[in-house]
Amino acid sequence: MSESAPRAVVALDGVAKTYPSGTRALDPVTLAVREGEFVTLLGPSGCGKSTILNLIAGLAAPTRGRIAWWGAGPEALGARGRRLAMVFQSATLMPWARVATNVRLPLDLAGVPRPAAEGAVRDSLALVGLAGFESSYPRELSGGMQMRASIARALVTQPDLLLMDEPFGALDEITRTRLDAELLGLWSDRRFTVVFVTHSIYEAVFLSQRVVVMSARPGRLLDEVTIDEPYPRTEAFRVSQRFLEHAQALQSGLVEASRETGVRS
Amino acid sequence: MIAPDALERRAATVQRVTRIAAPVGVALLVLIVWQVLVTAYDLPRYIVPSPLVVLQALVEDWGLLWHSLLVTLKITLGAFALAVLLGTLVAFLFAQSRWLELSLFPYAVILQVTPIVAVAPLIIIWVRDTQIALILCATIVAIFPVISNTTLGLRSVDPGLMNLMRLYKAGSWSVLWRLRVPSAAPYFFGALRISSGLALIGAVVAEFVAGTGAAGAGLAYQILQAGLQLNVPRLFAALIVLTLTGVALFLAMVWLSKAALRNWHESELTVEMR
Repeated sequence: MSESAPRAVVALDGVAKTYPSGTRALDPVTLAVREGEFVTLLGPSGCGKSTILNLIAGLAAPTRGRIAWWGAGPEALGARGRRLAMVFQSATLMPWARVATNVRLPLDLAGVPRPAAEGAVRDSLALVGLAGFESSYPRELSGGMQMRASIARALVTQPDLLLMDEPFGALDEITRTRLDAELLGLWSDRRFTVVFVTHSIYEAVFLSQRVVVMSARPGRLLDEVTIDEPYPRTEAFRVSQRFLEHAQALQSGLVEASRETGVRS
Repeated sequence: MIAPDALERRAATVQRVTRIAAPVGVALLVLIVWQVLVTAYDLPRYIVPSPLVVLQALVEDWGLLWHSLLVTLKITLGAFALAVLLGTLVAFLFAQSRWLELSLFPYAVILQVTPIVAVAPLIIIWVRDTQIALILCATIVAIFPVISNTTLGLRSVDPGLMNLMRLYKAGSWSVLWRLRVPSAAPYFFGALRISSGLALIGAVVAEFVAGTGAAGAGLAYQILQAGLQLNVPRLFAALIVLTLTGVALFLAMVWLSKAALRNWHESELTVEMR
């Protein structure tokens, strides 16, 4: 694996997280995400994958170790909203605000003037296929559409790094498959860096360039698998022999992960 | 054959009519039984007046009752406005500082649990202007739900949205305005429903204690006087006016809540059958 080529967007160096209760959420982890990369953290629940995401987002501080964003400390996140965005497990939209207002929130908080912000909101909504839903309320949208709005909100600042915490986990299989494909389309167009968290092997294989397999209690990295397949990845890829091989490799990795001993080779 | 859609609509109409017709039917039944019993047993009107006699008193004493209603209403609305204003202010302070809440909330509770009848004489002695004294008494009764509900609401913020705010480095003012205030709205409007009724109760209790007559005579004074004079029909009439006032206040608050929340909050969404 060539660590040298593009620079690291975010680098975790021996980062561990222990909660005040004494729970070891994450044992020391070293991981670098390169610019433009699509990395997926895959593992069972409780393996600390969401913890890693929260640490990268700056929502939690590591107990040990160092995190560098674009080669700098937390101060690199000064204009955090400009560079880093996050999509949560649920759409987390403000129920009292219309879709456009929800999507505009990061720009409003950054003090972007209204006309410019409104243009960006319209573009962002069009990008996720929600053009024309500006003045709807979140409750009027389906679960999948709410998630699209949430993604539009994340993309409205044109972030360099997009963190996604099981964004489609609550959606039905069909919607999830479609949103996965649309996300890849967006990523190919825009070339931002994505750190994606999921517990679905198939989602991980379909989306990622690199899959980091994690194990639970305490959370730790177990394995790294490169999904060396060309983009764009189509629906044909989903049913190909190669897809199954990748999935099986990850599957055995996860079985290993769920073993109580979980020895690292 | 009727389309299912039409059937559903008819069912909805029936339900709406029933919702009004059923309680009205109960009222009519009670009134008829009441009238029949009073007539049959020939009960004296100074003990139990028949509904028709009460109606007569309501019409004949309307001038007096209307004037008293205005007096009571002025105290009620004054106290309600003060309770909402001060209560919201206190709730904002509590929500901003745990420390402040910890030190002051017990006193808000003490204010709430102390019977107003016991405190009213003191306030009436201390405050020279009776009108203001009465408003203060009623405010004490009405303020607690506003404080506790609004504080709770300002704190009940979706943790996901809070994380979002932190991600984008929102200042505490932004968080308050964009997140806490809208989150508190359903709680606040819930408090208004309770508080409006309490303001009326507080006004009546304070009037009882103050016993202001003449031009400052509110509905409570009319009830008190009518009781002393065994003018029971007028007592009933004043009671009816008072009750209807309470119901009207409550309905106004329900309407206000609906107008403010109907676009998004579960409690005010019109249930659509699909």
